[in-house]
Amino acid sequence: MYTMKNYVQVQSLEEAYELRTKNKNNVILGGNLWLKMTTRDLSTGIDLCNLGLDRIEEDESGYAIGCMCSLRDLETNVSMETEFGGAVKDALRHIVGVQFRNTATVGGSVFPRFGFSDVLTLLAALDCEVELFNKGRVSIKDFILDSPDHDILVKVMIKKDKRKVVYETLRMTETDFGVLNCAVSVKDGKYTIVLGAAPRKAKMVEVDPCSNWEDKEAKDAWLEEVVNQYIFGTNMRGSKEYRRAMAKVLITRAVDRLGV
Amino acid sequence: MKITVTLNGKRIEAEITPDMMLLDFVRSQGMKSVKRGCDTGNCGLCTLWLDDKPVLSCSTLAARANGKKVTTLEGVQEEAKEFSDFLAGEGADQCGFCSPGFIMAVLALKKENPNPTAEEMKEYLAGNLCRCTGYQSQYRALCKYFGIQEV
Repeated sequence: MYTMKNYVQVQSLEEAYELRTKNKNNVILGGNLWLKMTTRDLSTGIDLCNLGLDRIEEDESGYAIGCMCSLRDLETNVSMETEFGGAVKDALRHIVGVQFRNTATVGGSVFPRFGFSDVLTLLAALDCEVELFNKGRVSIKDFILDSPDHDILVKVMIKKDKRKVVYETLRMTETDFGVLNCAVSVKDGKYTIVLGAAPRKAKMVEVDPCSNWEDKEAKDAWLEEVVNQYIFGTNMRGSKEYRRAMAKVLITRAVDRLGV
Repeated sequence: MKITVTLNGKRIEAEITPDMMLLDFVRSQGMKSVKRGCDTGNCGLCTLWLDDKPVLSCSTLAARANGKKVTTLEGVQEEAKEFSDFLAGEGADQCGFCSPGFIMAVLALKKENPNPTAEEMKEYLAGNLCRCTGYQSQYRALCKYFGIQEV
């Protein structure tokens, strides 16, 4: 457990950023689930809970998800469930339990860019940007490639662009981290395939569909070509060879579910 | 720092340290049903309701409860008794260590979704671990409580 000398509910993002950049031991508080697992001596915990960032705003073009929304807020959002065909719920439902997802925040889940993140894997398959206080709007692809710094994640913006998306995950037990996470979306005949927990940060590639999905040879060649674009690693949950083999299985399931 | 919390219907003011967890705060106020199990946010034993939503009190800062309603098992005695009878009827209460957090999750499910399917029920309660029952007796008790045909 960490120690923390001060706790501040800031009145503005400017105040939060000033505090954050003043001292490396001043931290932005998300759901506190990961931070609590550290043994750091923190100076000030900066809480954004009074800034109205616990809402999901929606208009005809898309969603703006405040960083203080809980993962459960995302999971139970009826409009997003309809828009993305249940993929949001599929990506979140296995994360520990309801009380965990009520505690965890979107900002705390996305900003650290954890390799095991189900949320990041899903977002990378969507037309998504993050709004950072200092850097402004950044595509999810560039955001994932970048490393966490002193900036503040304010909102996650997802466009409604009529894409179809599905989420698949392989877990040793129901509520464990994924051995491999997979999100596949299709828009205008192009697939976006994202693999997370490989065990690196989620990576997306854009590919044309298989020329003949019903033909085993063509399908195997296509899957081989797709998985060759990822680097797989070994950790306590699985070997790189196992992950590589399972990637083909998850992608196949996802493509089958997309039905295009 | 000072916080004001409505704990089980009673408004209280108390001094806390900035890094105090809600779990330690409610225990300091006499709510000893709330316990630290895994301390990694995974077992659900410390579950209580913050503004009526089940959260992990081992990972929630007490400071964040300022101005909010906090409910522990001590605050829902009647409902807990009703469900506990189902647990006892199936012999599901062995060491009983996990029961407080588990019951808070079950009652939260009942409020959110009074008629869950077996799958919805299992998914909602997946974040509550039990170290001794193997879950079968709890599952039978839950099915009877929610009126679900066992599968």
